[in-house]
Amino acid sequence: MENLNDQKQDLLAEDSSFMQAKLQRRSFLQFAGAGAAVVALTAAGCRKDRINTPLPSGVTLDFKDDFGVLNYAYALEQLEAAFYIQVASNPPSAFSSAERTYFQDIQFHEIAHREFFKRALSTAAIGSLEVDFSSINFSDRMSVLNAAKAFEDLGVAAYNGAGVRLTNTNFLVVAGQIVSVEARHAAYVRDMISNGSFADLGDAGFAGLNANASAGLDASLTPDKVLAIAGKFVKTKINVINL
Amino acid sequence: MNILNILDEIEKVDGEIYERLSPRRSAMKDFFNVGKKISLAALPLALGSMFQKAYGQTNPANVNEVLNFALTLEYLEYHFYNHALTNSTITFPNAASRQAITTIRDHELAHVTLLRTALGANAVTPFVDGDFDFTGAATFGTAFADVFSNYQTFLKVATAFEDTGVRAYKGQAPVLKGMQVLTTALQIHSVEARHAAHLRQMTAASLNVPLKPWIAYAANGNDTGIAQVNAVYAGEQNTKILDIEITGINGTAVTQTAAAESFDEFLTGSAVKTIANIFIRTRKLA
Repeated sequence: MENLNDQKQDLLAEDSSFMQAKLQRRSFLQFAGAGAAVVALTAAGCRKDRINTPLPSGVTLDFKDDFGVLNYAYALEQLEAAFYIQVASNPPSAFSSAERTYFQDIQFHEIAHREFFKRALSTAAIGSLEVDFSSINFSDRMSVLNAAKAFEDLGVAAYNGAGVRLTNTNFLVVAGQIVSVEARHAAYVRDMISNGSFADLGDAGFAGLNANASAGLDASLTPDKVLAIAGKFVKTKINVINL
Repeated sequence: MNILNILDEIEKVDGEIYERLSPRRSAMKDFFNVGKKISLAALPLALGSMFQKAYGQTNPANVNEVLNFALTLEYLEYHFYNHALTNSTITFPNAASRQAITTIRDHELAHVTLLRTALGANAVTPFVDGDFDFTGAATFGTAFADVFSNYQTFLKVATAFEDTGVRAYKGQAPVLKGMQVLTTALQIHSVEARHAAHLRQMTAASLNVPLKPWIAYAANGNDTGIAQVNAVYAGEQNTKILDIEITGINGTAVTQTAAAESFDEFLTGSAVKTIANIFIRTRKLA
């Protein structure tokens, strides 16, 4: 039944001039609705010998509603969880016992966040992302700490920047419940790298994250900017629409 | 020109247009009825002033209330750290600990300045050091009497203030939903969380207690073991988020303590006010 999606893609691709006409949402929905009907008819008559073209690769974050924002958070939590699972299961030999313990803790926090989004999104959840951590040396303490810092500061920037997109009050509160934990992680990891740098909002680590040291404001980035930075750690193609 | 169509179009991109135009939705319905009778020539003018009110610089009253609430908490924190740094007999164990408190003090002052700017003429009269009793004597007796002479007592109170601040901003986020000022509030909120994490580490080191940068599970929510600040941590033991149990979620090995740690909890405005008022002498929050 993958044909269903192929058919819809073909239908959309067929009339590209129609798509370029910057439709109003209402018109688009009418079109999509008609498309779905055509797809349904096609599906009704679909034959097994139909030639399959591969599905468009990757996952799609559709920011048209809160689910898109939650999936975006789910994607980032998948990334963080994968990183900490790898660190916690085989920590750098130079890690102190306290660092081993706290990286275990953080691992489970990120797993909890990931699984929360998976459960909350249910059938609307995107699939699993394939990660690319080839730029990280997992046997080197500083390489791991610097990667952790980058992930946590970016995570804080992501939640801070995406909060305003949420229309559901419950989701907004949950995002707040998570981001402060990410900020605690960030502060801890930063202190491990250089004690007292927990909130050095003007340092090199915050470059490009839109923090404001003189105003005492933390990082905040829109999803497109966050995904551009996170992209190097993800093999799976992430498509973004309606941003 | 059909005003109903215009508002309908705006509502598609701004679901709160009616709330922006008037806190009372019914008032807008009244306006529609009048609008139908207004002459076409007069309509653009009426619309112009209406939209200026809705999208102009003026904050809605409840937003100002939230920002002034935050401002008061920032004054509390700023004067607390400033007092410790400039007018106390606290012996900081090393340069790093003094520097950390200086960093935090400077952030709180920056937040005060930022919030005052956002509020403009609506900002509360500035709080001064004398407006606060940082020992909270009326409630706590002598428990924190040495807050400005004993480094460890100072750290205990500081940690409680920061963890309160984090919970306070979280609790007010719904009022700012969808507004630009929400992003600013979130950017302050996570800085407070960074402060809290660091102060917890300073407290752990100085008191030699296993306090983590994040709030661990405790039966009453309070993982600090300091009974006076129970109210600051009330509810932090929660492991259920939007009716989803986080402990062991989806068959994972997430323990009860990891579940409680992984989501910070919010505090209502009234709960925060009760805590803050312990330290405010006369200009208590209503």
